[in-house]
Amino acid sequence: MSARDDILGRVRKALDGVEAGYAVPVAPRIAPLADVVGHFAERVADYRAVVVRCAPDEVAVRVAAALPDGARVVVPAGLSVEVPGADEDGADGRVLTAYELDAYDAVVTDARVGVAETGTIILDHGPGQGRRAISLVPDLHVCIVRADQVVPDVPDALPLLDPSRAHTWISGPSATSDIELDRVEGVHGPRTLVLVLVEKE
Amino acid sequence: MSGGTFVGMPAFPTAAREALGNAQLRHNLAHATGTIRAKRQRLVDEVNEVSDWEELRLAGAGVKEAALRDLGTQLELLEASLTANGATVHWANDAAEANAIVASIAKAHGVDEVVKVKSMVTQEIGLNEALEAEGIAAWETDLAELIVQLGHDLPSHILVPAIHRNRSEIRDIFLAEMGQVGRPAPDDLTDEPAVLAAAARAHLREKFLRAKVGVSGANFAIAETGTLVVVESEGNGRMCLTLPEVLVSVVGIEKVVSTFADLDPLLRLLPRSSTGERMNPYTSTWSGVTPGDGPQEVHVVLLDNGRTNALADEVGRQALRCIRCSACLNVCPVYERTGGHAYGSVYPGPIGAILNPLLKGVGGPGPEGEQVDSLPYASSLCGACFEVCPVLIDIPSVLVDLRAQVVDAHRGGVPKVEALAFKGAAVALSDSRKLAFGERFTRLGLRVARRFGAAKWTSTRDLPPAPPESFRAWWKRTDGGRS
Repeated sequence: MSARDDILGRVRKALDGVEAGYAVPVAPRIAPLADVVGHFAERVADYRAVVVRCAPDEVAVRVAAALPDGARVVVPAGLSVEVPGADEDGADGRVLTAYELDAYDAVVTDARVGVAETGTIILDHGPGQGRRAISLVPDLHVCIVRADQVVPDVPDALPLLDPSRAHTWISGPSATSDIELDRVEGVHGPRTLVLVLVEKE
Repeated sequence: MSGGTFVGMPAFPTAAREALGNAQLRHNLAHATGTIRAKRQRLVDEVNEVSDWEELRLAGAGVKEAALRDLGTQLELLEASLTANGATVHWANDAAEANAIVASIAKAHGVDEVVKVKSMVTQEIGLNEALEAEGIAAWETDLAELIVQLGHDLPSHILVPAIHRNRSEIRDIFLAEMGQVGRPAPDDLTDEPAVLAAAARAHLREKFLRAKVGVSGANFAIAETGTLVVVESEGNGRMCLTLPEVLVSVVGIEKVVSTFADLDPLLRLLPRSSTGERMNPYTSTWSGVTPGDGPQEVHVVLLDNGRTNALADEVGRQALRCIRCSACLNVCPVYERTGGHAYGSVYPGPIGAILNPLLKGVGGPGPEGEQVDSLPYASSLCGACFEVCPVLIDIPSVLVDLRAQVVDAHRGGVPKVEALAFKGAAVALSDSRKLAFGERFTRLGLRVARRFGAAKWTSTRDLPPAPPESFRAWWKRTDGGRS
């Protein structure tokens, strides 16, 4: 007998006489938000992320302003804005190694969804977002979220996501509270998160 | 308390007594659990302003319960989805089988080190020690786990494993140990948390960048889509899940939930219950191999290791709903005073007091059996753990049921003094004449008890002084207080 058969056999024996088909209570929704985008901005800022709100025609300028002078910047293919001087991951068919990424100071990406109630940015690593590694290794992550991508809460976000893709949910910069529960930002992931929130016209 | 495994620790009462004598430990614990309790409560109150925390708990418990009651089908579905997504699925009956699988994957790639995401299940199976025996170093990358590993110590809390250490102890550990296994801590290292975290960042980054094999657990495994989920804060999880070429995830069979939508109540409940945050900084999900992104060889080890024992226990089965948030530890008056080491297992606190006996079975032989059997008694049954549990595990009821199981397992043989005393009480209380006769000897009986053998019982309980006269004598003398 394989371990698989052993385990499944024991599971079925343990559940002998137990009825499947358990009715799961529906999770409650939050009360409707008056200002979903404002709530999102507030909650992201509460996580000590830097929040920059701007009009669509200001995005490139605001992104550039968020990047320190002389910073080495990596961007994914298909990014919604032009970042002068940035290197594109995967350009000429060659993706950057982990060591090469470690030499970058910053990364700029788009996002898939913003969750207002929890202050969460979700990446599904599609066009404009790039491989998971590029938004992880550099110390500064500038992330662009459009107002129409923001939803009220977690149950509103899940149906928008394709489970066959990898996802990264980001709520503020990397943080730890492991030393006497003092919160410290930036342990292994980006130490600084800048949200560029693009308002509707 | 250095090195070694959890097996062979003394039973809870002995270990607890030692812990209670450690003032520093009690100070660290009181501060930590008090802080997390307050943060959690604030977030629960916030949910209640816009929604309903109790309904959210019901939904979370329901999602887990539904998957457990249909576990065979859900596991087969998970296996099929994972395989379709390009992952390789392994099954392991116990720790030895799981460790052998992980070791063989590492060896197949010729590596002598792996990087690890913090995971309870790999601690449960003693993976680090097993890999070490095969000449493979397993680097813990969570800051707290790093502190524990470098300190040759044991974790003492599910969420903040180094909760028992203060900053100056951590500084000493980093200075003495980092250089032995990689990049040393800077000589001017202070005990500022930010400085210590920066030292850990530099120390671990070289390991992340060169690692070929990563090892993780999973917070949730979604049957329908073959998706694994890891919830974390520091980004070390993202590093381990993303940078290596090969990823091995050890997943307890109780981690399965049915659909992607099931993540909803769980991801709203878990961070609020564990760290007192609306959402943890990072959540990673992946479904097998993602072409061109992250590990291109993905393994999943589905582990039993006693979970089917727990599943067969009608009362205890609900413990498998546990999402390892550790809220029960932070509210437990027993845990707050003894800390996690006293429980002698990787799962401490109220959930550990039921999970260990359920996984391992009660009435086992030797010191380990004695230790496991002591755990259902490591509680005041105050019920605070049930009140905070996000998936509604009725820990007090399971504790009481397990106490009965422990007693049943020890029937026959030489009865304990305590059992004899209660047997005597049962005889006396069953008949008023016997009681009347016995009461005349209460003072004498208590004196005898104090002299012979009650010391063990009275070290943690009060044995009341005998009243000057029995109730019956008083009634007779005063006509029930009327004269």
